[in-house]
Amino acid sequence: MNYTALAKSIFRGDRKAAARLISIVEDEEEGYEDAMKLVFSGTKGAGVLGVTGPPGVGKSTLVFELAKRYRKNGKSVGIVAVDPTSPLTGGAILGDRIRMTDLAGDQGVFIRSMGTRGGTGGLSLQASNTIRILDAMGCEEIIVETVGAGQTQVDIMGLADTVVVVTMPGTGDEVQSIKAGLLEIADIYVVNKMDLPGAMSTAADLKSMLNLVDDWKGWKPPVLLASANSGRGIDELTGSIGGHRSRMLDPVVSMERRSKQARKEIFDIITGQIMHSIASNIQADELDAIVREVVEKKTNPYDAARKISIAASRTGKPPKAL
Amino acid sequence: MARKIRVLIAKPGLDGHDRGAKVVARALRDAGMEVIYTGLHQSPEQIVQTALQEDVDAIGLSSLSGAHDVLFPRVMELVKKNRMKVLVTAGGIIPEEDIPALKKCGIAAVFGPGTPIDDIVKFHKERLSQKG
Amino acid sequence: MLMALALKKKGKAGARRGNSSGQTARPGRQPKAVVPETAERRAGYPNLSWIETDPFYVQDRDFDYGERLGLPGEYPFTRGIHRDMYLGRLWTMRQFAGFGSAFETNRRFKYLLSHGETGLSVAFDYPTLYGYDTDDPHSEGEYGKCGVAVSSLEDMTVLFDGIPLDTVSTSMTINGPASVIWAMYLGAAEAQGVSKSRLRGTIQNDVLKEYIAQKSFIFPPAPSMRLVIDTFEYGMHNVPSWNTISISGYHIREAGSTAVQELAFTLADGLEYVRQGIERGLDPNLFVPRLSFFFNAHNDFFEEIAKYRAARRIWAREMKESFGLTSERAMKLRFHTQTAGCTLTAEQPENNITRVSIQAMAAVLGGTQSLHTNSLDEALALPTEKAVRTALRTQQIIAYESGIPNVVDPLGGSYYVEWLTDQMEERAYRIFDEISMYGGVIGAIERGYFQKAITESSYRYQKEVERKERIVVGVNEFTTDEPLEIPTLRLDPKGRDRQVARLRKLRRTRDRSKFESAMNRLRKIAEGEENTMPAILDAVRAKATLGEVTGVLRDVFGEYSEQQII
Repeated sequence: MNYTALAKSIFRGDRKAAARLISIVEDEEEGYEDAMKLVFSGTKGAGVLGVTGPPGVGKSTLVFELAKRYRKNGKSVGIVAVDPTSPLTGGAILGDRIRMTDLAGDQGVFIRSMGTRGGTGGLSLQASNTIRILDAMGCEEIIVETVGAGQTQVDIMGLADTVVVVTMPGTGDEVQSIKAGLLEIADIYVVNKMDLPGAMSTAADLKSMLNLVDDWKGWKPPVLLASANSGRGIDELTGSIGGHRSRMLDPVVSMERRSKQARKEIFDIITGQIMHSIASNIQADELDAIVREVVEKKTNPYDAARKISIAASRTGKPPKAL
Repeated sequence: MARKIRVLIAKPGLDGHDRGAKVVARALRDAGMEVIYTGLHQSPEQIVQTALQEDVDAIGLSSLSGAHDVLFPRVMELVKKNRMKVLVTAGGIIPEEDIPALKKCGIAAVFGPGTPIDDIVKFHKERLSQKG
Repeated sequence: MLMALALKKKGKAGARRGNSSGQTARPGRQPKAVVPETAERRAGYPNLSWIETDPFYVQDRDFDYGERLGLPGEYPFTRGIHRDMYLGRLWTMRQFAGFGSAFETNRRFKYLLSHGETGLSVAFDYPTLYGYDTDDPHSEGEYGKCGVAVSSLEDMTVLFDGIPLDTVSTSMTINGPASVIWAMYLGAAEAQGVSKSRLRGTIQNDVLKEYIAQKSFIFPPAPSMRLVIDTFEYGMHNVPSWNTISISGYHIREAGSTAVQELAFTLADGLEYVRQGIERGLDPNLFVPRLSFFFNAHNDFFEEIAKYRAARRIWAREMKESFGLTSERAMKLRFHTQTAGCTLTAEQPENNITRVSIQAMAAVLGGTQSLHTNSLDEALALPTEKAVRTALRTQQIIAYESGIPNVVDPLGGSYYVEWLTDQMEERAYRIFDEISMYGGVIGAIERGYFQKAITESSYRYQKEVERKERIVVGVNEFTTDEPLEIPTLRLDPKGRDRQVARLRKLRRTRDRSKFESAMNRLRKIAEGEENTMPAILDAVRAKATLGEVTGVLRDVFGEYSEQQII
């Protein structure tokens, strides 16, 4: 299919077309890449903010508050909310669509929920395509919200200019889970629900953890307190986001981050293409047979992988297998 | 990759009875669909905007307050205005005599209390199997 | 701190259990192998809380009647809070009613009173429950549908026109804007010339369960709790016979919880209110006696009875031992019951009369103080007069024909009921422990603990019904194809327009400066720390509408939005 007409309507700000193209990208429908090439050329350079953290810490409310601030400053806002897809059923509940108070539905806000799915292209790729579509449609500020725990974690650093890691006061689980994988990616920390007991000590824990890392390259992530529900601390947060963003104006810093991101995306695409060619060149039962050989120890995983790689580079296109 | 069916489960109006809506949402999820749940107290405008942005294949409206007679037709009006191709169903406490009017404005099915959830899942699968 | 104390208590219950030397280590239970299973009915049949039961129960020699039960009217009040229970006075027959305008509902109230109802219970429409006036855009399509629209003191005055408020007790199901609606009621009484000290009744005012289950919250938890404690304090000093809260499990159950969860969540809420009242500096021996409870009466007959009995025992123990209260009235858990709306079926609706009868009997055998019986048509629409009358008659038949009220706690000492009561108590304490791990009720709300637990239970139950592991008569078994023939109540289609016209006239004709100064004062007090009740009462007297008063509070306190848990 040719979706370039759809892509062109997106440049005119057509919301329905944007919504449709996002689905097409998510479903990895034949020909979506060509549409994305066009979209890439039409992006206007929206600011991209990543918000992540363990479940239940109030990320969505925080995102809502940030979006309200952007709207107040006259910016149009896109929000991409990513929730996990069930590996068992392939289904997903994408529940955290934020309630926008404006009764009629604010035309300056576009919210899109995504399941992590696990297609061959990988989620990061679909998320970054979604961001580009929203950018090309005219969103000036884009916020990506992901759950920063579990296996299907999105590489939010590869998508966003600034990453905010959110946590809340509690039993220590939250801080532990940050330690386990979010520590390196944060540009800003927020201890949300600051009214709950233990907020100060959670912030102190985070700060002491940060002190263990010494190579900040000029930006040491601040630890902020906020209460998204009552709106407290949000102005400080937007200030801090602005501070981090102005650092990105430095060409050296910016080039480093963006090169990393572009490199990652290119390799994600290559991985996706390899997976895709495996899927289109190897029959399911053929693949099953190779897998079985490894299980039955008739061969080892390395030789099996080689065999699949060779088969995948065959020419001709047997029916899809995966 | 298989095309994913996306469904919006929406609660227009002010009633807070989300038990049924959540059970349906979970059942559709378990059937492999992507379900977007709006949360409570959504206006028809918000629901249709959400459906448009999320590019859903179906909308399930749930109301137990009796406001369906005003709010559901309003949703349908907006669906038509936006020229959306979307399957709309309704559930909750809806008196028998209100059903013809709802169907007339384009609601494909009304699932009253006691409808087996499997019926709802099947209905969506059948009607949305040729997505696109 | 409270939960830590609760934890200690659980240890004690465990010790009691450990004392028994029987081979099953479950006193009161018959070893399972003795009884053969039949094809029709399995042994170990799980009840609605998935507690497995044995085929029959035997005496538990370690059971300490004095400690576990006491006499009726004696600590720990397992057997009821009155020595003479229904011999002294029957429970209050209180039918929840309200629809359309204050005029229409006033007529329904008079109808119910003329048929022998002994207390009033007001159902408000959704806009009112959320603090919106009838003409607010949020109210579109909702006017008068599930209750009566009350937007002003004038509406409240109409609602009770010709009903002397010093002779009737009134329960009002209102939470987010409870203090505003209560102020209107106090204003209506003032207009009748009835002094506050003579008013009896209840405002539901239980915001915690709104976050947990019912979802008609407005403000974030902290300011909501402040408003609640404000009413405790105001009530203590000004309206001494009023129950300033009805801590409710009903809605938790309707949202799909089990009986055990209903019991535990509700009592945990209750303990939180006590703690916060004490934190404010109120004397618990004075304010706790004005806290009342509200439970569901669901299908599993004995489980429900055990639930009420366990609730009384836990509350009494917590008040006496954990909080060290001395007032016996503070230890007595008083509760209203409503039969379970979610058990009503749209199919073969006449069957609902039978369901309601069984549920109502459980409530009476469990020692309820007041009771609402649902109408057979409530799964379909607003109840008609005839349906409401039949529901009331159900209570009257139990009261006057069945002989059940003639003996106090007739099930006390039943092997099964006492075992089940112990089970409910023990499992409730386990849930208290879980809640304490979240840092208490508010922490658990913010982390979605309750919402998740309820959703899990409700989904599990629904799946069992779908698989016919649970039979719902007329729905998944014993079905018929006959068409429904239930007359349903229709609202006057012009009602909303008339209500809006009245409201606009009120806003046009009121004393502008008096109104504005009252509103300014309310804002100032809401921003500070003083008790809000007097300022709300003044605003209402100055003809501020519900939406206007709540609007000021929304401005100052902000609005709460919850995390979605499915």
